[in-house]
Amino acid sequence: MLNNTMPITPALVAEHGLKPDEYARILALIGREPTLTELGIFSAMWNEHCSYKSSRKWLRTLPTTGPRVVHGPGENAGVVDIDDGDVVVFKMESHNHPSYIEPYQGAATGVGGILRDVFTMGARPIAAMNALRFGAPDHARTRHIVSGVVAGVGGYGNSFGVPTVGGEVNFHASYNGNCLVNAFAAGIARADGIFLSEAKGVGLPVVYLGSKTGRDGIHGASMASAEFDENSGEKRPTVQVGDPFSEKVLLEACLELMQTGAVVAIQDMGAAGLTCSAVEMGAKGNLGLELNLDAVPCREPGMTAYEMMLSESQERMLMVLDPAKHAAAEAVFVKWGLDFAVVGHTTDTLRFVVKHHGEVMADLPIKDLGDQAPIYDRPYVETPKKPVINARDVPAPEDIGEALLTLIGSPDLASRRWVVEQYDHYIGGNTIHHPGGSDAGVVRVHDGPKGLAFTSDVTPRYCLADPFEGGKQAIAESWRNLSAVGALPIAVTDNLNFGNPERPEIMGQFVGCLKGIGDACRALDYPIVSGNVSLYNETQGQAIMPTPTIGGVGLIDDVAKTVGLGFRTAGDAIVLIGDAEGWLGQSIYLREIAGREEGAPPPVDLSLEKRNGDFVRTNIRQGHITAAHDLSDGGLGVALAEMAMANGLGAAITLPASATPAHAYLFGEDQARYVVTVPADQLDGFLANAKSAGVTATAIGTVGGSALTVSGICTISVATLRERHEAWFPAYMSAA
Amino acid sequence: MKSAVVVFPGINRERDMAHALKLASGVTPHMVWHADTELPDVDVVVVPGGFSYGDYLRCGAIAARAPIMDAVRRHADAGRYVLGVCNGFQILTEAGLLPGVLMRNASLKFVCKMVHLRVENADTAFSNAYRAGQVFRSPIAHGEGNYFAEPETLKRIEGEGRVVLRYCDAEGSRSPSANPNGAINDIAGILNERGNLLGMMPHPENLVEPLQGGTDGLGLFQSLTRAAATIAA
Repeated sequence: MLNNTMPITPALVAEHGLKPDEYARILALIGREPTLTELGIFSAMWNEHCSYKSSRKWLRTLPTTGPRVVHGPGENAGVVDIDDGDVVVFKMESHNHPSYIEPYQGAATGVGGILRDVFTMGARPIAAMNALRFGAPDHARTRHIVSGVVAGVGGYGNSFGVPTVGGEVNFHASYNGNCLVNAFAAGIARADGIFLSEAKGVGLPVVYLGSKTGRDGIHGASMASAEFDENSGEKRPTVQVGDPFSEKVLLEACLELMQTGAVVAIQDMGAAGLTCSAVEMGAKGNLGLELNLDAVPCREPGMTAYEMMLSESQERMLMVLDPAKHAAAEAVFVKWGLDFAVVGHTTDTLRFVVKHHGEVMADLPIKDLGDQAPIYDRPYVETPKKPVINARDVPAPEDIGEALLTLIGSPDLASRRWVVEQYDHYIGGNTIHHPGGSDAGVVRVHDGPKGLAFTSDVTPRYCLADPFEGGKQAIAESWRNLSAVGALPIAVTDNLNFGNPERPEIMGQFVGCLKGIGDACRALDYPIVSGNVSLYNETQGQAIMPTPTIGGVGLIDDVAKTVGLGFRTAGDAIVLIGDAEGWLGQSIYLREIAGREEGAPPPVDLSLEKRNGDFVRTNIRQGHITAAHDLSDGGLGVALAEMAMANGLGAAITLPASATPAHAYLFGEDQARYVVTVPADQLDGFLANAKSAGVTATAIGTVGGSALTVSGICTISVATLRERHEAWFPAYMSAA
Repeated sequence: MKSAVVVFPGINRERDMAHALKLASGVTPHMVWHADTELPDVDVVVVPGGFSYGDYLRCGAIAARAPIMDAVRRHADAGRYVLGVCNGFQILTEAGLLPGVLMRNASLKFVCKMVHLRVENADTAFSNAYRAGQVFRSPIAHGEGNYFAEPETLKRIEGEGRVVLRYCDAEGSRSPSANPNGAINDIAGILNERGNLLGMMPHPENLVEPLQGGTDGLGLFQSLTRAAATIAA
């Protein structure tokens, strides 16, 4: 066993992920050599994952306020007003490194962690999503990771009992050594029933609730703050093990406990476990905190202070309770059969004191642990601009119909049925639009008619080619997907996944994306209220594509007035909203059909986004639109195929005479665009309204029949579309 | 119709069930805690879906031995109605109130989707609002719904008309591709010998309103409401 007073050598400091200058800063702060436990506490608080030391300077540039924002970044999750005294509480967080090492448990505990962030604030979770990015399908580990991650997401969420209503699954070789698992959760609470981590009052009991503390996950947050190397498999013991049953019991117990009025402050034990939660409660409340580790419920005997302070065992809560209401609180704990213990108390000393077997193992200035963490202004170089690819320089395919079938059967666009059928999306009975049936998942709030829409978006290949435009595009697509169901986009959570920020070109990607995200959020009145940064997503020097995943939330007055993406009624007119320049740079077409990952991505005109999106949303809410789908990967052709497949209803399309070349018109990925359907007898009025709103709207065809026909170009039966769309995922997963 | 919904730790569809019962009967159900030993005076007791005790030993095995289950058994013995859905079905088989077992899905994966069910017997307290042979839709969401009973038992429950619901396609035809979990004889729901206790894997409680995509599942709760009224009359 390591001795608490063992000498702190440079090697030991390095093993804790602290740089020599960071250690020098620790020595200056406390005026002596730290104990081993103290070194562990500093490493937990000052790693990238907990301190945001490389990203904080840039995060501060993002818009985080707005008329509906109740709590922005800095709490467990963002809190946004959704009228009638209700608030939505939501956040997205990564669990990338653990999921690569141990896919099932890594993904499961990712879901568990984000759900805990939401209900710690007093909200009952009503929806979950997850954005998953895996290596190339032909990479040796990819199938194993997909299988484990999807089972883990489902295994935890299904058992906990939250509907998974959306998400993303993508494949690219840049994720071969570093998959991404970004989990989103949202819950509903009353505006006057939100709980925070800020401790109040001196001498109050600090109570531990939930699962026992074990040796799992020690140094998990530090692991998440370093690159992988060839020995990363040896890090498996740092991955936590999830127990969704305990989490479900903890949820019910916490919500019941909050009703008793006993909770003064509450914080879940996530990254860096007991250390982070205790320090945060004290520091936020301008109080000291003293822990007595003899009282901590442990899974195994002989755990040291160092291990207890760094354990990341799951399903644990720390809270400050009102001693006058202790009996009521205890009754709740006993009813739900949860371990609980008074493990400390608040003080007025501003010290974080940890005692074990009567000895002081750590005694540190509590505010400095958070406030004095280093902040880096890392050098960066801007990503060079890529040339614009002229559509006429991209050869047409021999057969456009076959190209469309290839695209909708390709790994990134094939049906996700194999995945979403492993997630419960019916539970709660409030899911109005299910995964695949609309651009955003829609969940009714209470008994309606109000509802919320949820979407997860980013196009990493755009971000790699042009971080600024890619950052803008991620926000714009999120905003568009919410508008396409008739929801008003109200706020965002961002999950920023990047490579090693110590490399100037990677830092340049981060800075570029954040500038783009900030600009788009300001232009679209779409503030960021929570988020998470995951850096060092690299293996042996190979970084992932920059992947700032955006979780968007929209508000719906009446869920009965939302629309899905599937064609609904034969005879409806099909209208393209937005301009079709035929932008093929960085398109899926260019990659999958021409075999080129090249060029500048489509530029994003934010005022055009706003004008077109506001027009679509308004018309959905007024009942003029029967189906709507935003145009993104694969452009118009793929969107039409998806709209046909959804309800098994075809369409006859006639491209405008100006639409040349046809492959660029059909597969270009120009932004700010939608396909909508309107009843035939309302078409003229609809087009006139578009014109007076300054929105380009082009009637391109009619819903009906059992095939998708593009006049003079191709006719494909909906059955064939479905066959090709559905084939890839199950075939891939069942191949040995 | 007066009803009660039994809540074990880890159960997660008790609210969905209460909502459907209320919608069909107009009466708010009692929620009964697993550690209780008595049920309120009700016509119908429902054991809802979820993951009781995490399903950690075997699905439903721990819940089947909870204190409240003696009261559920007495309720059934008295000829009153008991409905078990999903985990509730698993609990009722583990408690010995229904024959057979629910094994891991043949796909070895959790499956959540909309399926079609065919009403095999419309002359029961749980299905009288449907027609015999009627096909209706219902969501499913389970990892262990692969029903199995040994040949003798199967012959009996088939012969006695105790298979109330079977998986089928939209046209009502049975086929391996219409069976989502490998259940023997495409069985989705069965009755006990007396006909007052039904276990089923699908979740009709999640399809009772137009906004949920349809009201196909409401018939099951309307059937119970009607049956309870008949007894009371």
